Amino acid sequence: MSDELLRQITESLVQGDPEATVDLTRQALAAGLEPLAILNQGLMPGMQVVGEKFASGEYFLPHLVVAASGMQGAMALLEPALRARQQAVQKAGTVVIGTVRGDIHEIGKSLVATMLSASGFQVVDLGVDVPTEAFVAKVQETQADIVGLSALLTTTMAVQREVIEALKAAGLRERVRVMVGGAPVNQEWAEAIGADGYAEDAVGAVELAKRLLG
Amino acid sequence: MRPKFALLSDDLVERIIAEGMALLVDPGVRVHNEEALRLLAEAGAQVDFGAQVARIPEHLVRQALEQAPSEFYLYDLEGNPAVHYGGDSVQFDPGSAAITLLDGETGEQRPPVTADFVRFVQLVEVLPQLDAQSTALICADVPQEIADLYRLYLALNYMRKPIVTGAFRKDTWWVMKDLLVAVAGGERELGERPIAIFDVCPSPPLLWSDLTCQNLIDCARHRIPAQLVSMPLAGATAPVTLAAAVVQHTAENLSGVVICQLAQPGAPIVWGGSPAAFDMREGTPPMGAVETWMIDCAYAQVGKALGLPTHAYLGMSDAKVVDVQCGLESAGGTFLAALAGINMVSGAGMLDFESCQSLEKLVIDAEIIGMAKRLVAGIQAREDPIALALIRRRGHRADYLAQPHTLQWFRQELYIPSEVIDRGSLDAWKRRGAKTALERARERVRQLLATYTPPPLPDALRRELREIATAAARRFGLDQLPTLEGT
Repeated sequence: MSDELLRQITESLVQGDPEATVDLTRQALAAGLEPLAILNQGLMPGMQVVGEKFASGEYFLPHLVVAASGMQGAMALLEPALRARQQAVQKAGTVVIGTVRGDIHEIGKSLVATMLSASGFQVVDLGVDVPTEAFVAKVQETQADIVGLSALLTTTMAVQREVIEALKAAGLRERVRVMVGGAPVNQEWAEAIGADGYAEDAVGAVELAKRLLG
Repeated sequence: MRPKFALLSDDLVERIIAEGMALLVDPGVRVHNEEALRLLAEAGAQVDFGAQVARIPEHLVRQALEQAPSEFYLYDLEGNPAVHYGGDSVQFDPGSAAITLLDGETGEQRPPVTADFVRFVQLVEVLPQLDAQSTALICADVPQEIADLYRLYLALNYMRKPIVTGAFRKDTWWVMKDLLVAVAGGERELGERPIAIFDVCPSPPLLWSDLTCQNLIDCARHRIPAQLVSMPLAGATAPVTLAAAVVQHTAENLSGVVICQLAQPGAPIVWGGSPAAFDMREGTPPMGAVETWMIDCAYAQVGKALGLPTHAYLGMSDAKVVDVQCGLESAGGTFLAALAGINMVSGAGMLDFESCQSLEKLVIDAEIIGMAKRLVAGIQAREDPIALALIRRRGHRADYLAQPHTLQWFRQELYIPSEVIDRGSLDAWKRRGAKTALERARERVRQLLATYTPPPLPDALRRELREIATAAARRFGLDQLPTLEGT
């Protein structure tokens, strides 16, 4: 019975049915399954399969993101249950992310945020056209491990450097890692402005974030 | 709504048909085949047996058009209907009868041999965009007297999809028929569920050679579908104005329909062709010329008006290598053919007029075909309301990638190309080796060939096919056919 529920949770992620993922997670908790078992034997195997299918070319971005949203919904149910048991899921780290001032491009940044969140990071998404001071303030407030800066325009790329300079001025640069991304951004640019890393896509961003904190 | 492309007004179509019919009366059609002349004379055409010219009255043409089926299917080797000739169905097969292969490793054209054609057939099998096989290469390692039947013999050992083929001689047609009958399990079975269609080509202007005319009659008598491939060369073997070239095409094909229906009323026959607009500088028949495509689309419109299934040689290039010209010309012809609703479009893989095949071009063309099929699938509302409920629900959030709606529809809405088409970022492209489309195509050929599995043909049938082909080879001095690998 419990094995069957866990199998269904895995399957719901693989099939891309986030409502079912949340619903089955709720059923599993009600049936008295251990939250950690739900996470490790139901949800994680599903995300694993989705990731593998994406890497092999069978799955596409919507599969990845829809599964991630199912994962997020399930985690919202699991976290209170874990806290009630004095158990905590080891967070991979806290990431503050946003698209820099003057740039309203959202998709790439949101995709990275979703994938990081589904991979166990605590993600604070500041949205788009984020003032430089807001990045600094949020890093300070959350004690973030990583800040992610997105820019899609050659004209707004320079703002990534501005945020890094502002972090330095606030004395935060030493304790936060900076990831940059966006269509015109590349590794050379990341190095030139003193960022810690650049990734080309959302999957690469998750790998980079893990590597930076690893 | 299915998007559709039409070049001719209804009035112009009628005038072209009327002039095509009038040409069959005066000057008539040359028929270098005794049996066809006799059939025509018995049916009431005015036949000059000495000059081998038949003048075909309009009522005979009208009668033949009424008898010819407006649609039929080709079947795969498992007996399923696989290709629909009729309506606006659009399907694709490779260009046929190439005398050279553009070698993927050396980049040079060379005569193809058995192993090349086997690889080609295997590649067509595993390319989902291609609906049918064709006897695409003429193998140089067997006597040329059996080149036509040998291609079919090879293909039948490796294919599941139906095949577009053709005979180069009168006697070899019968061997090819025997091969097909063996696979179909009997003459009646082959007639009921045809797995092959034969190209039959009149010669411009207004001539049926003995060979091709006999092939046409023999196909009709066995209810094996035939494809009329009239090929006016506008400005050389036909008038230069495009409409006039279509008139000549109409007359040639109409005479073919009459001969076919006289041989066997109701036999499946297709309104096809391979015209070209003569190049006035080089003196060549360019397949990549826009006017060539226009003649094709226009005659297809005529064929549809006559109620017949259609075919065309389109999607080819005159380039000698897989380059920019190659992509431009192949895409142009393929998109127009799809929009014109041509039932069978032959040409994928073909270069250098109609003489050279390339496996690398074939996988690139498969992507063009995938896009062309997506184009004619058109735009549908999908849901009612189309978007109102969804967009209101999402408000001003740009998170459609995470919506189940996206997951539900994206595969039907978007044609997703293989890695032959590069859509990565500049960095991703560099990281993957900064490869050109041709280099990516070369890799895809290798990857696809590795996925091929042979059809489960019974050993007894394989032996029977080999015996039939070997018996023909022995008549032309070849005791043993080359060994077949991987069957």
